[in-house]
Amino acid sequence: MERVAVLSGNHAVAHAVKLCRPHVIAAYPITPQTQIVEKLAEFVERGELKAKYIRVESEHSAMAAIIGASAAGARVFTATSSQGLLYMHEAIWSAAGARLPIVMAVVTRAIFPPWNIWTDHSDILAQRDTGWIIAMAESNQEVFDMIIQAYRIAEDERVLLPVMIGLDAFSLSHTAAPVSLLDQDKVDKFLPPRRAFSFLLDIENPITMGNVAFPDHYMEFRYLIQKAMERAKQVIREVEEEFYEISSRKYGGLVEEYRCNDADVILVLMGAWSGDAKECADKLREEGLRVGVLRIRFIRPLPIEEIKRVSLGRKAVIVVDRDISFGGTGILFTEVSSILQQNSVTVRGFIAGLGGRDVTAKDFAQMVKQVYTDLEVGERRSRVEWYGVKEVI
Amino acid sequence: MIYEIRFHGRGGQGVVTAATLLAEAAVFEGLWSQAIPFFGAERRGAPVVAFTRISNKPIRIYSQIYNPDAIVVLDEKLLQLRSILQGLKSNGIIVVNSSEKLKFPKIPSQRIFTVNATSIALKLGLVVAGWPVVNTAMLGAIARVLNIISIESIEECIRRKWRGEMGEKNSLAARLAYENIRERD
Amino acid sequence: MREKIVPISTPAKGAVGKTGFWRTFKPIIDREKCIKCLLCWLYCPEGAILRTDDDITIDYDYCKGCGICANECPRKAIEIVLER
Repeated sequence: MERVAVLSGNHAVAHAVKLCRPHVIAAYPITPQTQIVEKLAEFVERGELKAKYIRVESEHSAMAAIIGASAAGARVFTATSSQGLLYMHEAIWSAAGARLPIVMAVVTRAIFPPWNIWTDHSDILAQRDTGWIIAMAESNQEVFDMIIQAYRIAEDERVLLPVMIGLDAFSLSHTAAPVSLLDQDKVDKFLPPRRAFSFLLDIENPITMGNVAFPDHYMEFRYLIQKAMERAKQVIREVEEEFYEISSRKYGGLVEEYRCNDADVILVLMGAWSGDAKECADKLREEGLRVGVLRIRFIRPLPIEEIKRVSLGRKAVIVVDRDISFGGTGILFTEVSSILQQNSVTVRGFIAGLGGRDVTAKDFAQMVKQVYTDLEVGERRSRVEWYGVKEVI
Repeated sequence: MIYEIRFHGRGGQGVVTAATLLAEAAVFEGLWSQAIPFFGAERRGAPVVAFTRISNKPIRIYSQIYNPDAIVVLDEKLLQLRSILQGLKSNGIIVVNSSEKLKFPKIPSQRIFTVNATSIALKLGLVVAGWPVVNTAMLGAIARVLNIISIESIEECIRRKWRGEMGEKNSLAARLAYENIRERD
Repeated sequence: MREKIVPISTPAKGAVGKTGFWRTFKPIIDREKCIKCLLCWLYCPEGAILRTDDDITIDYDYCKGCGICANECPRKAIEIVLER
C-alpha cells in the first residue's frame, strides 16, 4: 500500500511536482505560496530532485525563465499567488501563445488594496482569457492528483497548452490533511519523459519563436488555441481515466457532480468550499430539500456540455462566486448564465467569501433556503446578490 | 464523530507543529484529520491559535472551527485573554500548561485539566532560544483527555518528526505529561 | 457625510492590544550607568522608550522585549532579564 502523509496543500503540490521530475523550476516567493517552492528547493538541495532551480527577481522573470526552458524541451514548474500572478500576467499570455506545456500552481489569494492574504478567486479568474487550462482543486489529495495529471494534459500533442492548478489560500495551502502519495515508478509509467515536438529550440536546427504575425495570420493562431482548448476536454477525461488506473481515484472530469441526479436545486461553485457545500446538501436533504452540488474543476476549457446537462430541468441553479467582476457580476455566474440563457432555468448568484471570509455549510443553507422561499412565491428571475456583506455607509 | 481542538500559544512555541502532530497521530490511529493554522500576527511572543479536526470519516469541510470540543493552552499567561474560552462546547475540555489550581470563568459542565509541561521540558533539557519547548508535552496531555488517540501514536509521530535524541526527549515529554495530567476543579 | 471608501488607518496607540504581553525578556535600565544619550530612544522599533525632560522610561505596556535598546546602549546600562 502507498504511503499516506499528512501534508499541507502546499507540500502536496511540492511532492507531486517532485514525482513529475521537472528539469527546471523558477520561482519567486509570495505568501501563501512560498512553502511550495521552499519545499522544492529543499528537494533539489538534498539531491532528491535533479532539477535546475532558478531564483529569479520577480514573478514575471519566473515565467520568462520557464518559458525559455520549456521552449528548449524541459519539463518546468513554477508557483505563485495574487499580486505575483498579476505581475506575471503578460508572460502568462506568452506561455499559452507559444503553446508551451508549462504547469503552474496558483494559491488563490485576494488582491491588494487593502492587503489580504486569504483566499479569493479573483486572481486566478483574472487569467481566464489567457489560453491556459485552468483548474481548481477541492482538497489536498486532489491538488496532488491534479498536478500529476496536468503535465499529461499539457504535454499531449492534441493540447500543448499550459495548465494552471488553483488551490485556496490557507483552507488548502496551509491546512494539513492526509494525502495518499504515489510511488515514483507508477508516476514514471503514467508520465513518461516529455516528448520533443518539431518546434523546440535546438542549436542544431535553429528556429525563431515569438515572431510577428500580420493581420492575415494572427487570427489563425488564436483559432488554433481555441481548437486545442476544445480538444483538451476529451484529453482531460482520458488522462483522468488513466490516472485512475494507478491511483484508484477520480473526480469526474471537468466537473464533479454530487447528488445531482434527483436534485431540484444545484449549487455551482469551485474550490475548497465545495466540501462545505456538499455538507450543506446532505443536511438539507435530511430536511427534505433535494440539493446537489456541481463543482467546477476546470473553468478553462469551460465545461459547457456538463453545466447544461446538469442544470436543465432544475428549479434553480445557484452560483456562488468567490470573486467579483466590478461593474459586471460574479465571473462563474457570468459563465454559467451564458450557457443557460437559452433555457429558462432560474440562475441565482451569490458573491461570498471574498478575502477569505469564512463561508460554512450553514451559510450555503441560508442561500439555498432563500432561493426556495423566492421560488415558492413565484419569484423566478435570475439575479446576483452579495451574501453576508456588512452594512457600509 | 467529529472532534475539534483549538490550541493557544505564542508565536515560536510550536503551536502549529502541535496541531499537525496531533493530526498525524489521528491518521496513525486510522482516523481522518486536518491541522489548520490561523494566520494573524506571525511574530515571536504574540498570541497564536491553531486547530485540529479529527473524524472517523474523510473530512470535507474547510470552514473554520467555532465550537471546539477542547482547548489546549501552552502558556498560562494567555489565560488572561478574554477570548480564551470563546465558543468552547458546554461539555468541553480545557487543558492548561500550569502547576496551579486555576480560577476560571468556565461553566460547571466544562472540565479543566492541568499539567506542568514547562517543568517537564526543563527537566529534559528541552529549551530552544531561551524558551522551554512545551508543545510535545501538551500533546501527551491532550491524548490522555481526548481518549481517541493512544499515547503510543503520539510518541511514534514525535519520533518520526525528530530523529535521534530530540525525538526520544520529546516523546518522553509527551509520556510524562500523559502520566501527570490532573483534573483541577 | 465623508464616506470611508479607502482602507486607511491613522496612528493609534495599542491598536492590537498591549503588546508588552508578547515579551519573553525584559529590559531594565540601570540609572547609575545611564548617561541619557537617547540612543535607546532612537533605536526602539516600538516607540516604547519614553523621553521626558531629562530622563527616559520604558513603557512596559508596549515593550516587546526585543533587546535592541540593550544592544545599542554604549554604556551597557540596559540589562535583559527573563520576564517573570
